[in-house]
Amino acid sequence: MALAMEAPDQTDTADHIVEVRSITKFYGSDVHALDSVDLAFPTGQMTTLLGPSGCGKTTLLKIIAGLLEPTSGDVFVKGKKVSGPGPERAFVFQDFALLPWATALRNVAFGLELRGDDRSEREERARHYISEVGLSGFEDKYPHELSGGMRQRVGLARALAVDADVLLMDEPFSAVDEQTRRKFQEDLLHLLGVEKKSVIFVTHSIEEAVYVSDQIVLLSPRPGRIHSIIRPEIDRSVSPDDIRREKNYLDTVEEIWVELRKYLD
Amino acid sequence: MVIYGYKIPAVFSLLIWAALWEIAGQLELAFIFPPLSEAIYALGGLLQRPSFHSAALQSLESFTIGMIIAIVGGVAIGFLMGRFKVADDVLGMWVNIMASAPLSSLVPVLMLLFGLGQLTIIVTVVLFAIWIIALDTYAGVRDISPSLDEMGRSFGASRWQLLSKILFWAALPEILAGIRMGLIRAVKGIVIGQLLVSVVALGRLFRTFSDNFQFEQFWALTLILFVFALGFSALIGWFEHKVEYYAGTRI
Repeated sequence: MALAMEAPDQTDTADHIVEVRSITKFYGSDVHALDSVDLAFPTGQMTTLLGPSGCGKTTLLKIIAGLLEPTSGDVFVKGKKVSGPGPERAFVFQDFALLPWATALRNVAFGLELRGDDRSEREERARHYISEVGLSGFEDKYPHELSGGMRQRVGLARALAVDADVLLMDEPFSAVDEQTRRKFQEDLLHLLGVEKKSVIFVTHSIEEAVYVSDQIVLLSPRPGRIHSIIRPEIDRSVSPDDIRREKNYLDTVEEIWVELRKYLD
Repeated sequence: MVIYGYKIPAVFSLLIWAALWEIAGQLELAFIFPPLSEAIYALGGLLQRPSFHSAALQSLESFTIGMIIAIVGGVAIGFLMGRFKVADDVLGMWVNIMASAPLSSLVPVLMLLFGLGQLTIIVTVVLFAIWIIALDTYAGVRDISPSLDEMGRSFGASRWQLLSKILFWAALPEILAGIRMGLIRAVKGIVIGQLLVSVVALGRLFRTFSDNFQFEQFWALTLILFVFALGFSALIGWFEHKVEYYAGTRI
């Protein structure tokens, strides 16, 4: 475990796929959600934004996604300043955001449909990612016929299908029950190993953050600021159950808990 | 409906009313109230009359044109109000007033404005149907989960794609409910309008029958309108049922 350095002044595209510089966000005139946040997200790694509710972690994610405008500050993706959503970023929603009137297949292909790919091409791609997330056989089911965990797999497949470099995941497992959540975390890690994506992940679960992340950004609440950056350095070659019993994993969880509990009262 | 453990179709209550009507008619309690059987007999004759055909066609035509205008206009107004605060501020109050206003009192004014013809009927239908369609569409649009909107934007949807591929479908259950209610109001509107105008189409027939004390025919015509309104409403209900599966599961 080591504290990472501050974000460098020069954008280094080889190392950092996303950078945010002095992002400040006010809602209205009195709610100060984020205060001058500088962060760099390493290419090909999983960075988690972790913090108590009200620390602005989802706000920061949505600013990176281009869904929210920062009050001031800039977002760089692959070295280029961006304002608004773009094809190099794909979002996975907390409430799945699936089209209830469309089958799993059409939902997964929806990003491609919006892009104007022709039908056979996009459906072939969608089928591939449906099987990647373990939903083969459910292509023609509607969201209301799927469990919460399966719906989120559809959401994940949709984000993978557009072949973005960065996946932005907003508490993707919070609406999923605990057993499904663990299995999903394992599958996600496996999948990301294959797909080579950079991921920015928002969660309020310390265990989840430590389990999935290469880098954890702890945010302090109201206004959201970077409290510290932790790299868990967990050996992921062992089985998932062994990771959850590993000393390093447990110590990191404990250390983060000690930091975060200061904000609880 | 279940009575003493027997499942009885809902149509059964209609039969009871029909029987009461028949009995009341046979007792000759009021001359404007002929027995149902005679009204039905008159209905058979009415359906064969050329004057009925042309009148019905003309009414149906006005009704259809009016409903199309009301649906297109109502949905557009609802979307504008639901998506833009300015439109909501400007239009909201008026749409609400118009939706609950006693519009029948306006029909004579419309007659003066648009003359005693088809145009007045069309305007009446639009006026009766459009506001409730707008209000229901508005409710539907406001009910769309913000994350569906964000999903569309984050995957690069254009404004038109957002509207045609996401927002319209997400609001469709409410839009259909609005159309069904608008339709029923429009039938009311057309009856009231034509009774008042009563120089064209079915209204003229109504007038002729009541002026000549042909109450069998008068009631037959009323029955036809009832069946017509219920039929239309059932058709929309069927569409609603088709989208019901997601109306309840929207998140």
